[in-house]
Amino acid sequence: MHLPAILPWGAADGFSKQMLLVILSVVIIAAFFVAAARKGQLVPGKLQFAGESAYGFVRNGIAKDIIGGNDFIKYVPLLFSLFFFILVNNIYGAVPVLQLPSFSHVGGAYVLAALVYFTWIVIGVKKNGLKYFKLAVVPSGVPWYILPIVIPIEIISNFVVRPVTHSLRLFATMLAGHLIVMIAGSGIDFLLAQENWLLKGTSVLVLAGAVAMYMLEALIMVLQAYVFTLLTAIYIEGALHADSH
Amino acid sequence: MDQLILASGESSAPNPLVPNITEMIVVLLGFLVLLFIVVKFVVPMFEKTFAERAEAIEGGIAKAEKAQAEATAALEEYKQQLTDARTEANRIREEARAEGAQILAELKEKAAAEAARLTEQAHAQIEAERQAAVVSLRSEVGSLATTLAGRIVGESLEDDARAGRVVDRFLADLETQSAGVAQ
Repeated sequence: MHLPAILPWGAADGFSKQMLLVILSVVIIAAFFVAAARKGQLVPGKLQFAGESAYGFVRNGIAKDIIGGNDFIKYVPLLFSLFFFILVNNIYGAVPVLQLPSFSHVGGAYVLAALVYFTWIVIGVKKNGLKYFKLAVVPSGVPWYILPIVIPIEIISNFVVRPVTHSLRLFATMLAGHLIVMIAGSGIDFLLAQENWLLKGTSVLVLAGAVAMYMLEALIMVLQAYVFTLLTAIYIEGALHADSH
Repeated sequence: MDQLILASGESSAPNPLVPNITEMIVVLLGFLVLLFIVVKFVVPMFEKTFAERAEAIEGGIAKAEKAQAEATAALEEYKQQLTDARTEANRIREEARAEGAQILAELKEKAAAEAARLTEQAHAQIEAERQAAVVSLRSEVGSLATTLAGRIVGESLEDDARAGRVVDRFLADLETQSAGVAQ
């Protein structure tokens, strides 16, 4: 699933529109937040207030609420970067002309999920030592005769399935949304090209449906960015407090 | 679709789960650059602002509380001073009153003593003058009476013994009379 590259133009492999958009997202996010945070006034202006609200949403709404404790601030940069990186790259899908959510290409989702996967494992091992793997797969308070069943399930769910679902959830929702909008667009195009006026007329219905789907897609774009970040915070919290789970 | 894939030279249908390596590298590098900027600039700047703001608010509250405490302390002090001043004023007034009363009493006493002294003196003087008058009268009245009686009687009453007796008798009578009058 890969569009022809734009550099060199039309090549099967090369610098694609998706890559350009990813780089653009980094520039947009960095420029906005550096500009918002730079002045650091006690009484914020409009730009600073917007930046602080966005930052505070991830800092307090996700990092502080989920991870908590005194050192949640250590994980704020990762969660903050993840949320806005995914958010902006998803919103591309709702912007005319750009119209391509970067994570409808699975590679980006794999990269981020893998990054998070290794991050929480490293955090868990750092915090609890190698005992962490035992803590992560042997739930406390379970009778010994159930353990042979529970341990394999825990291993599979925590260390195998978790990164896969983490990445595919993001990728699949973005791809599906992208496809639906695309299909609706081609459908309208196809119906309008018909000779029969009744068939032509039904394109209006498809258009109405497409607009509704577009709105739903816009909601899902924001929601998935939030879900990805929230799950990351939950994984980190689980790694930090493995001994109490 | 199949024709398009064939045209682009791919032999199998594209699997959406197979990633494009270049895209992965771009996403990884892009995200790491963003993470670096966020760690290095965005988060420290926001946290600094938050900390400064919290400090400004908490500092303001602490300052207000301190001012409040100072004001309360000052009020207490003034009240205390006012009470002290009132007590002091009362004490001074009481003292002055007592002192005044004492002075008045002393003056009264002195005046009374002076009056008594003057009265005494006057009494003594009067007594002395009376005595003197009595003495002078006694001699004068005696000679005057003798002379007068001699002139009236025509005989000489130069005989001292007789004259003396007459005079004494007369004076005794006189004294008895005057005593009766005085009573």
